[in-house]
Amino acid sequence: MFSRVGPLDSGDLINIGPSGGPPRVRGRQPTVLRSTFVALVSTVVVFGILVWITVNAPGWADVQASFFSATVFSNAFPDIAAAFWVNIQLFAIAEVLTLVLALVLAVLRSLPGPVFFPLRFLATIYADIFRAVPGVLVIYILGFGIPGLGLPGIPTDPFPYAVIALTLIYSAYVSEVYRAGIESVHPSQEAAARSLGLSRLQALRYVILPQAVRRVIPPLLNDFIGLQKDTVLVSYIGVVEIFRQSQITQQAKFNYTPYMATALVFIAVTIPLARLTDVLVQRDRRRAAASSR
Amino acid sequence: MEENLHTMRTPFRFAAALALTGAMVAACSSAASPTPAPSAAPSAAPSIAATPAASPSTAVVPSPSPDPCAPANLKLVTAGMLTIGTDNPAYPPYYQPPATGNAPKPWQLGDPTNGQGFESAFAYALAAKLGFAKDKVTWIVVPFDTSYAPGAKKFDLDVNQVSYTADRAKVVDMSDGYYFLSQAVVALKTSPLAKVTSIAGLKGYKFGAQQGTTSYDTIVNVIQPAAKPSVYTSNDDAISALKAKQIDGLVVDLPTAFYVTAAQLLDAKGNALANIVGQFPVQAGAAAEHFSAVLAKGSPVTACVNQAIAALKADGTLDQATKEWLADKADAPIFGP
Repeated sequence: MFSRVGPLDSGDLINIGPSGGPPRVRGRQPTVLRSTFVALVSTVVVFGILVWITVNAPGWADVQASFFSATVFSNAFPDIAAAFWVNIQLFAIAEVLTLVLALVLAVLRSLPGPVFFPLRFLATIYADIFRAVPGVLVIYILGFGIPGLGLPGIPTDPFPYAVIALTLIYSAYVSEVYRAGIESVHPSQEAAARSLGLSRLQALRYVILPQAVRRVIPPLLNDFIGLQKDTVLVSYIGVVEIFRQSQITQQAKFNYTPYMATALVFIAVTIPLARLTDVLVQRDRRRAAASSR
Repeated sequence: MEENLHTMRTPFRFAAALALTGAMVAACSSAASPTPAPSAAPSAAPSIAATPAASPSTAVVPSPSPDPCAPANLKLVTAGMLTIGTDNPAYPPYYQPPATGNAPKPWQLGDPTNGQGFESAFAYALAAKLGFAKDKVTWIVVPFDTSYAPGAKKFDLDVNQVSYTADRAKVVDMSDGYYFLSQAVVALKTSPLAKVTSIAGLKGYKFGAQQGTTSYDTIVNVIQPAAKPSVYTSNDDAISALKAKQIDGLVVDLPTAFYVTAAQLLDAKGNALANIVGQFPVQAGAAAEHFSAVLAKGSPVTACVNQAIAALKADGTLDQATKEWLADKADAPIFGP
């Protein structure tokens, strides 16, 4: 790196991130086989015992009928899956809005100098309040409060209020993630960028943010998993989404199986996202290791 | 205490029961009630067929064999005490708040322990028929959706405006009906919905109901509106949505409709904001929607409760409580097809 001459570009900037360290020493083949075998046996034994305890519990027959009824499941599933479309719309819109609003908040909070104190202050208050108030309360207050004002021209449909409430709540969390990303970029990066003649805004746009955002993608995805699950909270203001739909069936049948169906739908959506997060973390780690060598 | 109860072996201590009921009704009628004054017209509640086990109230035959329904022989959550569950807050007209002050903790709004309000009066009359004096009845809070959770029940019976359905009866025991109800539509007076007189005319409006209610089923199966119904956690939330014009109409059972229009949907000066648009025609006979007490599946108490309900119907106590606490059904127009 030091032998190169010429202007720095972002690829040349000093990487301060965690170093990869030497690769782990792989065990010899027989050890791998044996440990796989041990893991398998111990897994089967542990889960076998748990399953045995569960199905031999005195109330198992009741619990099975209440939570794992095949007929209730197959009757309820089409309605539940259809209701999930509402959740998909909710989190698809709220996630995009959150990404934008949270970035604005994070940048405001990272602005240096005494002139920007009011903006920093407001952004800080915002993050504090919306992280402190339980999400369901924000949804209730917006969902019943704003339409209750009776202002002409504002929507009465609860859906827009649900989107706004989720965006407000999650922007507070996500802005903190962004801020952590921005602060993790070493000050020397900005100094280097400024010394090349970039303005403060250009340095932020072309040097700081690209590095910051790349680093925080895994925690961002983590927050989005939370957002997807929290879409069920909007059922409180009358939106019939997946949770409310399953509750309707549950209370008509006095059977909790619809909840299991809902849980399955969320697992099916969330696990791929969690695995994607893992892949991105790995890729980031490899990239960091490669550039530090 | 146990010993005293073992001596009470008569099937129903009718004299005591009637005396208590009479005293209770007398006490009730002096209390302030938000429900309209009961009219002299006979109650529209149809009577259901008496259960085979029902013993007519006139024949008190001392039986030498132990009566399975005697308090001492009933298998109860707490021996010697009848534990009755209902949700909290307990709403009028089923549970009445005390005339002054607040309901005793943990109760919000309605106080089940005062014997006032339709279900409280019914529960104490039922308890009396079963041989439990007023001080032998304990009330506990049982949220609606825990009343049918698997596992041991914390209550002997749950009296919480639970409508009978065949699906529900597969999971818990549901007693014979103690009130036959119809569903009704409530709308703001200013809404065009307020002038609708037929079910067909309702289709173009947006409706809301509390989750888990047969009111919701009425929207979906009877009204079949074009707009998807909104579903709320409680009637109070649904009322907020009605006030905010997020829904055009609220579907609730008729006694609740009388209560919300008389006591909840008011402007700042106390004038009514909403009216009952109409009630839905009810089906005849056993298919008619009715409230049932919820008991554990296979509970030995169920047969005794049904027996007591039949006796309360036979001696007019149930009719009296209905007239006392629930507005006359004839006061709301019935929707045409």
